[in-house]
Amino acid sequence: MEMVLNSLGRKVPLELSGAGSFSPYASPYAMLGRPGAFGGTRIQLRRPMPSRSKIVENIEKAVELSGLQNGMTISFHHHLRNGDAVMPMVLDVLEKMGFKGLTLAPSSIPDVHDCIADYIRSGLINRLYTSGVRGELGKLLSRGELEIPVVIRSHGGRARGIEEGSISIDVAFLAAPACDPLGNITGSTGPSACGSMGYAMTDARYARHVIAITDNLVDYPLNPRISIPQYLVDSIVCVESLGDPKKIATGAARITRNPVDLKIARDSFLLMKASGIVERGFSFQMGVGGASLAVAKYLAEYMREKGIRGSFGLGGVGGYLAGMLEEGLFDAVFDVQSFDSAVTKSIHEDPRHIEIDSSWYANPFNAGCLVNNLDCVILAALEVDCDFNVNVLTGHDGALRGASGGHQDTAAGAKLSIVAAPSFRGGVPSIKERVTTITTPGETVDAIVTERGICINPRREDLLGSALKAGLPVVDIEALKEEVEKLTGVPRPPEFDCDKIAAVVEYRDGTLIDTVYARKQ
Amino acid sequence: MKPCRSMLYIPGDSPGMIQHAPVFGADSILLDLEDAVAIAEKDAARKMVACFLQDYDFKDLIVTVRVNGADTEFFDDDLSEIIPCLPAAVRIPKCNGPADVLSADKKIEEIERANSIPVGKVRIHAMIETAVGVENAYHIASACPRVEAITLGGQDLTADMGVKKTKEGWELFYARSRVVVAARAAGVAVYDTVWADINDKEGLLRECRSIVGLGFTGKAAIHPDQIETIHQAFMPDEKELKKAVRIVEAAEKAKNEGKGVISVDGKMVDAPVVARARHLLELADLYGLERSGS
Repeated sequence: MEMVLNSLGRKVPLELSGAGSFSPYASPYAMLGRPGAFGGTRIQLRRPMPSRSKIVENIEKAVELSGLQNGMTISFHHHLRNGDAVMPMVLDVLEKMGFKGLTLAPSSIPDVHDCIADYIRSGLINRLYTSGVRGELGKLLSRGELEIPVVIRSHGGRARGIEEGSISIDVAFLAAPACDPLGNITGSTGPSACGSMGYAMTDARYARHVIAITDNLVDYPLNPRISIPQYLVDSIVCVESLGDPKKIATGAARITRNPVDLKIARDSFLLMKASGIVERGFSFQMGVGGASLAVAKYLAEYMREKGIRGSFGLGGVGGYLAGMLEEGLFDAVFDVQSFDSAVTKSIHEDPRHIEIDSSWYANPFNAGCLVNNLDCVILAALEVDCDFNVNVLTGHDGALRGASGGHQDTAAGAKLSIVAAPSFRGGVPSIKERVTTITTPGETVDAIVTERGICINPRREDLLGSALKAGLPVVDIEALKEEVEKLTGVPRPPEFDCDKIAAVVEYRDGTLIDTVYARKQ
Repeated sequence: MKPCRSMLYIPGDSPGMIQHAPVFGADSILLDLEDAVAIAEKDAARKMVACFLQDYDFKDLIVTVRVNGADTEFFDDDLSEIIPCLPAAVRIPKCNGPADVLSADKKIEEIERANSIPVGKVRIHAMIETAVGVENAYHIASACPRVEAITLGGQDLTADMGVKKTKEGWELFYARSRVVVAARAAGVAVYDTVWADINDKEGLLRECRSIVGLGFTGKAAIHPDQIETIHQAFMPDEKELKKAVRIVEAAEKAKNEGKGVISVDGKMVDAPVVARARHLLELADLYGLERSGS
């Protein structure tokens, strides 16, 4: 296998048997700025007889009608979060029907779906494209048990892959919280309501065949909101339940009480403020965990106090952002994926809460995705390094246990990208000489905020000046790394079997940014 | 003495919290071996606090330790293990009168001598949390030179008085006033009790403003989130600060010119006023405020 060094000094393959050929990563914008349109996938045309119902009796029948063959590609969305029962349900049917060698290309894989490991061992699945993997599945892949390496893509990268044809979905299975007999679908109502269906919208548009699976068949026509229109859906299967409503409709994430996370959040907000971007018309995205959500708390207080109204919030939307919209702190919210049930009411009732597909969200190869309009994004990290590269995919033991998500997309698009992370977790330092895996290049990260100080990327002299002027606790990243290592020691790096590639990590433009090797047994 | 507005309580048996102590911006911390630590954990907590004091870099934090009371079996062990590790001060709970302070002072002196530590190096913060303690406040504060501060323990004091601790705090008004006057008379620092509702920052700010007005020099915090609010209350206002600059400049000028009388804006200024002005300027430095007086 021919390996080359990319511009970040990471060895990446030019070709992977079974997964295609790749180019090495060069820079965040190397593939952009070229005039004119090129290639791309078209919507797949069909010629069905006119009908008033697309309902078929069960999943098996729907699969037969789809023409699915061994070796083809199937997709799922992960909007039902850890409550999803549809992916295991469908894979179980496919296994019983005797399929082999399928490519599984979901938008991501919820933590609970360890069953995929079994279907890899049984031979049902032999290729995997995803944003991330965790749990048992991550461990299995990190042992190199899947012959063909996993291709990890960001949300924007996956949308690009589908639209350019490097991911060619044969059959998309869409969990549909509300669906009418002709296949108009929304995620904003029903017992399994999940909010936005942004990732599913892209799959439905380009798949060769689309099967909707619903536990909530409504009278025709579904109204008032239709997320996926009937002309994209081939057949519908009614099932008793799409999953566990408690895990689908999780309550709004609460602001952390952890003092370390609060300190990180506060300093992140102060850096935003110092940079001068928090003014009328500003746009913002944050994650929903730990420190990120708490940033919004400080931001909201400040916007309220100063009477600042932002232009839009983007995400990954949780209840807190929906609340800021309701309060009038933003003009609109664009929602590709809802994080909790508190969002469902907002997306259903508030026309300013706009459901968007994953291409609109973050595909770098369309005429303009929303991440490019972000003023500020607050991101998390498993590890960072002295070049500001970020790893959100592999843990300190080298095993796959994270997801690329929208990290590299938003970091590249936003004017100010802040990584908010504790300087160590469980005694393991987060700042490394070199991250185990690069998922987001340091060239697109402006600052790393920890509880022990703020590290500013040397590329951003302007930001450094603003932070110092505001009296923020700026610290050199090498010095911070040393300070933390005095507390934690320097962990021995994980050992890898460099003859066996477990996964390759695409940058959003399709070039390879890094390679994940199997862990040494 | 460096102004010390906030003192963050950290349980002595929580290494996870102690290791983060320097990041929250508190002026000082109190590593607690008393109420925050369960009986079964007393020995372990004492050893851990001793290890942190010896090996951990707390940066410019003032580190104090609250030992268990003299009426407990842990008191002597706490002092003998903690004093050699040189905390800035130990807080002695339930000081009812000068005898309690002098007894602790004697024990600490013995430990200092045995460990070749200059006598008086580790200071005492005497905690007043009973009605009799309040009545003896001045005698406690002036019991010996080792006393650096007295502190008011509101929870135990209200329990001792048989009244409810309220957010308005009228039940503590007399005790606070008496303790502050005693501390000022003895020339020691004085810390106010904690604000228990960590979600009520407005209430905390109100109380802080009121105790700053009474003359407290600092306040205890039970959560890092309270520190900023406490500091906010101690921030000198701009007008006062400008005047303080003029007072200190006038005092310097008078000293250089060998004059005994200081005059600012045509008015005579006494030494205590100059001292307060100097204190305000030190506070202003903590906030990074510019001294644009004259």
